[in-house]
Amino acid sequence: MKLELKNLYDDFRDGKTLKAYAKIIEEDAKKLNRTINIMEVCGGHTHSIMKYGIPQLLPKNINFIHGPGCPVCIMPKERIDHAYILALLDDVILVTLGDMIKVPGSNGSLQDARAKGADVRFVYSPIECIKIAKENKDKKIIFFAIGFETTTPMTAVLIEQTIKQNIPNIFFHINHVTVPEVMCELIDSRDEHIDSYNNQIDAFLGPSHVSVIAGSKIYDIFPKKYHRPVVVSGFEPVDIMESISMIIKQFIQNRCEVEIQYKRVVDYDGNKKAQELIDRYFDKVSLFRWRGLGNIPKSGLKLKDKYAKYDAEVIYKDILPISEIEDHKLCICGDILRGMAKPPECTIFGTACTPTNPVGSCMVSSEGACAAYYKYGNLL
Amino acid sequence: MKKTITLANGNGGKENNELIEKIFYKYFQNDILSRSEDAAILTTPKKLALTTDSFTVSPLFFPGGDIGKLSICGTCNDLAMMGAKPTYLTCSFIIEEGLEVRVLEKVVRSMQKELEKNSAIIVSGDTKVVPKGSVDKIFINTTGIGEVLKEGISSHNLKEGMGIVVSQDIGRHGAAIFAAREGISLDSDIQSDCDSLFVYIKALIDANIDIVAIRDATRGGIAAVLNEWAKASGVCIEIQEDSVPVSMEVRGICELLGFEALSLANEGTFVVALKEKDINKALEILKQFNKNASIIGKVTNQHKSKVILNSSWGTKRFLDMPTGELLPRIC
Repeated sequence: MKLELKNLYDDFRDGKTLKAYAKIIEEDAKKLNRTINIMEVCGGHTHSIMKYGIPQLLPKNINFIHGPGCPVCIMPKERIDHAYILALLDDVILVTLGDMIKVPGSNGSLQDARAKGADVRFVYSPIECIKIAKENKDKKIIFFAIGFETTTPMTAVLIEQTIKQNIPNIFFHINHVTVPEVMCELIDSRDEHIDSYNNQIDAFLGPSHVSVIAGSKIYDIFPKKYHRPVVVSGFEPVDIMESISMIIKQFIQNRCEVEIQYKRVVDYDGNKKAQELIDRYFDKVSLFRWRGLGNIPKSGLKLKDKYAKYDAEVIYKDILPISEIEDHKLCICGDILRGMAKPPECTIFGTACTPTNPVGSCMVSSEGACAAYYKYGNLL
Repeated sequence: MKKTITLANGNGGKENNELIEKIFYKYFQNDILSRSEDAAILTTPKKLALTTDSFTVSPLFFPGGDIGKLSICGTCNDLAMMGAKPTYLTCSFIIEEGLEVRVLEKVVRSMQKELEKNSAIIVSGDTKVVPKGSVDKIFINTTGIGEVLKEGISSHNLKEGMGIVVSQDIGRHGAAIFAAREGISLDSDIQSDCDSLFVYIKALIDANIDIVAIRDATRGGIAAVLNEWAKASGVCIEIQEDSVPVSMEVRGICELLGFEALSLANEGTFVVALKEKDINKALEILKQFNKNASIIGKVTNQHKSKVILNSSWGTKRFLDMPTGELLPRIC
């Protein structure tokens, strides 16, 4: 049988299967005498959940908390300013991935920089930088790398090829971040407003693509140390419904463990080759500042010191600002990311803050919680 | 004549005339145009529709069409969507110095081919050549006049109970252009749906179908048209997601790049709002042109001025007006 693209998703959007899962979940949820708050860590999940109307299929005591897993949303303004400043240099072509182009920094977005004459390009795969570099030998190509564990290996391959092929004009501005550290932070962190640690998260939905690379092992700590179950889930609606059902069954059966729903690709260890590649070129930074969440220990990556000659942050350190830039006071993205509030509870949601004019991080990319609420509405 | 267009070709003098004679008159030949007066004098007994549109598509040539075909289809379709038969057009070229004459001729030839399909003619034109970098190769503006065959078509007239029909599978133009763009380099068989629509409209009018509203779903796709109608008429339009026809190829590109087919541009696909009594008959006629024509939804009163998308598993969501530049998602 010839495998077509539709085979990869058709059955996973099947109406009958979804209704069947809704029924199982409804029955099981009756056996719980409480509300279960499930955080979907990844923005891709938030997007799927809103797009396919998953909350409408769930009983009232199953609730979603929308997590911080959108690499574009969590990029602090000062780092976007880096991209903006670099892009405006005469001899630079700034290359990045899709959505990054729209995110506003303190002077504007990369789209605005492009309107001012900057050469900003987006690619689908980082490896295309090599072609751009060869075609523009008099320019410096700076790859503004973003993303979680999912996109990091692609950046690592570009570094490997840049070195191997001895390409003199590709440089890197690394903004890669990691998932488990921010999850820990969400449980551990103290809420400044009410001076307490009481986050609302009961369980996590882990993104499958992160575990394709990193394995499910990265979540072991959550049942062990924090007593929170994790189910590694695919992104189609049937995947998500099955995962929710798996989480609820853990609560009913008094289990607390890491389970994989997305068994068709994910295993415990992940892609070891990709992990080796990441370890070869990257070190953890001691602190990475997340927009809306603040500094989180060891949650970001940087180029190893021995590759400093490729590191745009090192080469251009004299012109790149380091002071932190805060979001608007009325913005409650931090609370939304901790599960303390939902987007419509924000006073500027949909008024002063919209996808075309985002104020806070969650409105920035289509995968941010606020943008997903704005786009798909909530009909319930 | 030189092989590339130079600034001299827009000088109003000898080289300018040479370009007009050898390219434009060669293809657009007709009695009114060849008089070469300052303006065309037209006589028509009917009520008229008038529209204008500019074309800047990149790349100039894409699977299923080119900027020339598009510049005629676009304007003729706007006329057809108001129940008018496209009759007279003007065209205005802004050309970047250095464009190959061969390329211009290819564009003009495909304009003529499309004009013939519409039985319309170019009666007046203008050419400007600008220094390199001032425009991207070639921009074309066309303005068209059409004789109104069916009056009263308006986006303000939708009422509860009416049906929404789409003429064929959606999103092919947007997907084809995107796949053809530099930097994306996707291998794909997608052809743009770029086509003249007057024949479809004429068939509906001839069959006495009482068209309430009709619009070709260009930029912003079906989502934009339906939102505009819902707002203009103060009604809710409910769409059944699984009855919206989308080809496997377009679906693939949407999956890959994170687009929604409903928001992708079309250049030869329209949506029509119909009274209940006309729905099946209209569908039958449209199916003769393209078997993928489908009833996709109905007008209700659930959420005034909103478009709702119903899934096959019973959930609902708003289908919003598309915004911003089309960009692929990153993860």
